[in-house]
Amino acid sequence: MSEILGHFESYGGRFVPEALIGALDELEEAHNLALVDPEFQRELKHLHLTYTGRPSILTEVKRFAVHAGGAQILLKREDLNHTGSHKINNVLGQALLTKRMGKKRIIAETGAGQHGVAAATAAALFGLECVIYMGEEDTKRQSLNVARMKLLGAEVIPVSAGSRTLKDAINEAMRDWVTNVDTTHYLLGTVAGPHPFPTMVRDFQKIIGEEAREQVLELTSRLPDAVLACIGGGSNAIGIFHAFIPDKQVRLIGLEAGGDGIETGRHAATITGGSVGVLHGTRSYVLQDENGQTVESHSISAGLDYPGVGPEHAYLHDIGRAEYRAITDDQAMAAFALLSKTEGIIPAIESAHALAGAINVGKELGPDAILLINLSGRGDKDVQTAATYFGIEL
Amino acid sequence: MATSLEALFIKTRSENRAALIAYIPAGFPSQQGCKNAISALARAGVDAVEIGFPYSDPVMDGPTIQAAANISLQGGTGAAEVFSTLNFANQAGLPAVVMTYWNPIERYGVDRFAQEIARNGGSGVVTPDLTIEESDGWKLATQAAGINSIYVVAPSTTDDRLARVTQRCSGFVYAASLMGVTGTRTTISSGAQSLVDRIRKTTSLPIAVGLGVSTREQVRDVAGFADGVIVGSAFIKILLQARDEEAGLESLSALAQDLVAGVRQGR
Repeated sequence: MSEILGHFESYGGRFVPEALIGALDELEEAHNLALVDPEFQRELKHLHLTYTGRPSILTEVKRFAVHAGGAQILLKREDLNHTGSHKINNVLGQALLTKRMGKKRIIAETGAGQHGVAAATAAALFGLECVIYMGEEDTKRQSLNVARMKLLGAEVIPVSAGSRTLKDAINEAMRDWVTNVDTTHYLLGTVAGPHPFPTMVRDFQKIIGEEAREQVLELTSRLPDAVLACIGGGSNAIGIFHAFIPDKQVRLIGLEAGGDGIETGRHAATITGGSVGVLHGTRSYVLQDENGQTVESHSISAGLDYPGVGPEHAYLHDIGRAEYRAITDDQAMAAFALLSKTEGIIPAIESAHALAGAINVGKELGPDAILLINLSGRGDKDVQTAATYFGIEL
Repeated sequence: MATSLEALFIKTRSENRAALIAYIPAGFPSQQGCKNAISALARAGVDAVEIGFPYSDPVMDGPTIQAAANISLQGGTGAAEVFSTLNFANQAGLPAVVMTYWNPIERYGVDRFAQEIARNGGSGVVTPDLTIEESDGWKLATQAAGINSIYVVAPSTTDDRLARVTQRCSGFVYAASLMGVTGTRTTISSGAQSLVDRIRKTTSLPIAVGLGVSTREQVRDVAGFADGVIVGSAFIKILLQARDEEAGLESLSALAQDLVAGVRQGR
């Protein structure tokens, strides 16, 4: 596979204003140096050990598995990381790079608020100025995370343009970056955007799969039959998939947000229901109309509510190495409730899409199968949404 | 054969002045309103128009052009309306180019898009988010259609890269006057002139400066060192704020006449 100029065959690349090229080149260089710099790697590893809480544990969920064809189901507990999701892995890596590039200010977009909270956390830890762009709609859906970011010292700017969700937050962050690129690093939270973001964010997230692969081997003495993860932009999925890509017998299954159902048009399942296009600086699958205008996505999960997807997923899809399926809001919420009640673990609604996928895949593969699921985040932030959904009075 | 845009710059160079280029999104303030605005701009003596293809995610644009693009999109503007507006400008005798983010071109079909531009009398296309690394197919398509491909460079573009980008340009080089998004500014960044100077070392193509240019004084200053001055948000603001279309067109004409005079005072 060619990653030259950040391409995954025809996907990826850079579709950005010329003004950003210098900053992207600088970032690419800093990242490439860091990859081979033992001091950088030592620093990041130390942070993960003493701050993130890595390695994250593996939890077998036997009572949940009864509902999934009796397969052996293992959860990679990224929800137990500091700040409550996998987002911290990428954020700490990029914050270290920010420091190395001599920049004093970071900006970030956020949907569910998980990446925004992680970015605000890293900014506090490293003494960086931090501005978070968040769709106005999402600031309402995720008000608790807005408060968390503010407590961490970040400025949260609600974005009222367009659909007022993640896509518009990214637009606004890119406008800020074009204007303040000399002093500012855009700490993008997912494996999308212009090169080097898709490869760089993947490099910071692939630790999930590297740890999990060893842990599964140690626990079960063999590789899992399938690895499952939810997909919005796709960072937690690429993070857990990557170490397994050479293991051809391991199925990689990404679960997209099917919203009200693909047939309704109200969904965020970009690979399942979209077409090839360019959005936010990269070529991948996009939800778009016949004029190339981005179509608004819909999902109960703010973190998956994005009409694009990382280019490496588009590539893995096209070559058949990974499969992508859609999970509706209702299926995700049923899995959310099931894991909570059978295992005492309240998952993020994002991650509940992966759990719902596991229920189906477990039934397909039967009781001898081993399924590894990336439990990418915890559900504390979703209590309000879930309470409304299930009719629990607050 | 030279495009009408190329012919324009030969003419303005022989007159020792810069060209004034006006930007307006197709379908703004309405399909017909846009055409009326183009007629008014032509009558006022504007040299060329840049017709915007409104896009849902315009990351290079500030609030004014975002607002205009939204109005245009709500009015149902798509490729057909953009080409029809281009055709209208051509009929009005104005050299015209389309400015569009890349995805609408890719969605329409790269070769087909270039051919449609040519068929409707357009001189070329400005692509603010197409990097030269991604432009091989577009280069062939524009060459086959006989239209100009215009790239935008920025103050942060290195000399080495400027040389490579301007090599891909034809018609003119679009110099962004500052680091930032479109919109009116109170002053023109001093970076604009030094960028133009750096571009000149790489190409003999005309250079037009855009971003943040809105007043007669600014136009006059930029016309002193550039071959073209591009004004967008200032015109759009007038149309957004007008109490009705007639009043809007009147104010638009007044500003255009003012800027047309400004462009002739630069040297």
